[in-house]
Amino acid sequence: MTILNQIINGIQIGSIYALVALGYTMVYGIVKLINFAHGEIIMVGSYFTWYTMSRLGAPAWAAVLGAVVFCAVLGMVIEKVAYKPLRNYARISLLITAIGVSFFLQNAVQLIFKATPRMFQNIFPGSLKLGGMVFSMSAVVTIVVSVILMIGLSLLVKNTKIGKAMRAVSEDKDTAQLMGINVDHTISFTFGLGSGLAAIAAVLYCSSFYQIEPTMGSMLGLKAFVAAVLGGIGSISGAVLGGFVIGIAESLTKGYISSALADAIVFGILIVVLIIKPSGILGRPENEKV
Amino acid sequence: MTPILDVCNLGIKFGGLQALDDFNVQVANREIVGLIGPNGAGKTTVFNLLTNVYSPSRGTIHLTGKSTKGKSTHEVTQFGIARTFQNIRLFKNVSVLENVMTAFHNAMDYSMFSAILRLPSYRKQEKAARKLALELLDVFDLREMADTLAGSLPYGAQRKLEIARALATNPKVLLLDEPAAGMNPSETSELMMTIKDIRDKFDIAIILIEHDMNLVMGICERILVLNYGLIIAQGKPEEIKNNPIVIEAYLGQQRGE
Repeated sequence: MTILNQIINGIQIGSIYALVALGYTMVYGIVKLINFAHGEIIMVGSYFTWYTMSRLGAPAWAAVLGAVVFCAVLGMVIEKVAYKPLRNYARISLLITAIGVSFFLQNAVQLIFKATPRMFQNIFPGSLKLGGMVFSMSAVVTIVVSVILMIGLSLLVKNTKIGKAMRAVSEDKDTAQLMGINVDHTISFTFGLGSGLAAIAAVLYCSSFYQIEPTMGSMLGLKAFVAAVLGGIGSISGAVLGGFVIGIAESLTKGYISSALADAIVFGILIVVLIIKPSGILGRPENEKV
Repeated sequence: MTPILDVCNLGIKFGGLQALDDFNVQVANREIVGLIGPNGAGKTTVFNLLTNVYSPSRGTIHLTGKSTKGKSTHEVTQFGIARTFQNIRLFKNVSVLENVMTAFHNAMDYSMFSAILRLPSYRKQEKAARKLALELLDVFDLREMADTLAGSLPYGAQRKLEIARALATNPKVLLLDEPAAGMNPSETSELMMTIKDIRDKFDIAIILIEHDMNLVMGICERILVLNYGLIIAQGKPEEIKNNPIVIEAYLGQQRGE
């Protein structure tokens, strides 16, 4: 494999990390919660797609669309049931609840679908020849879809009413309310949006790695979380950048150093960046309280 | 004339503490009302109740004839009430202009798609909103700083911006919580002019909490005095100035009496 292939692989997995990292970063930006259940949303999205396609025989587009809607609703329900009642309490209780939700989802899926890994059929078969190089169709689809979603998301946050409301709520909830912004609705939308993106990330991930299991969300979620922190948690462009950095670093390590070391290097990068710039690459430094 | 704000028997308890009780006030359009009292008297609590940040334990609030009972803050805001905070609360990491434009949230009705694709309907509305926001900034001499981050404005300008942003929600009643806090005498007298200007230009009622007696006596047409959650006096500035109950609440009882 040439270095270019490795980099393409890195961009492919990196864009999946980035999509998931966006969910972490948006939720953190708005409710200051590290939503540890976010990784499990990917897993649920994967199972939903697998089940509707393999067991119910639905066409791929319907399964994907269904997964996005299902995960978005699931994200909003989790927020309403588990996080909203704790919004005004110490942040640590929210964090612990998030871990609880994560275990709950993992075990619920394990109970329903058993712990055995399931095979996921590639929904983007084939390959694409471009300038003497061959790219797998799933890599092409992953990168194209992710880039479109990222551009769409940044326009959504920048231009739309709900995007502006999200920014206002993340700055100051009480003041946002006084501007006539419905804070509950805005937070709910943010969870739905992040979870919907996670569902798409799930489909893209499965179409390259073919295998799903109830614990798959942990590692994927953790890496995406690392990407979000690396880029600067709370920053949308930071999450995207972090995703690509982690993805490419991982792919190059696997290709040229050692597969076993890939995760160590990913987390090593995080440690180094946080030592040099604790707020992350694009993160805003915390205002020091005087 | 029906009052623009009609508050009846308002009261709230925090645990065992009766923070406010029997609070009655009717405010007419274009009236400037002062709310004064020692620290902890319940002044800011009144503002929090009027904007439904707290739900009252009892009593009713009618804003332009509509009851605010059971409404959330963002809904009450749309009835026509706006406020500023004692400790300024701007969106610090956002530009001055965008701070004001945030307040147009409910006035905008373009769809998500026209916003993402920046269709003409979106651009037209954004342009109009921008123009309106800049006009508001003009009133407060803030236009040149439109693109500055709100958090980096000097203190006095931040106070003014907070008022401008509150006005942008198109209120009928504007609540100002210690607008002169931290200002020097010349800034305070400028602020007094500004508050009167606002009332005349925007045709609204203003309720203000303030410790600066020159400001309160200078511009308020009516003053309510709160102490331990109760209105202990109300009337015109001259009446309040010479009211023995008020003097006692502020200075304590004279020895030997």
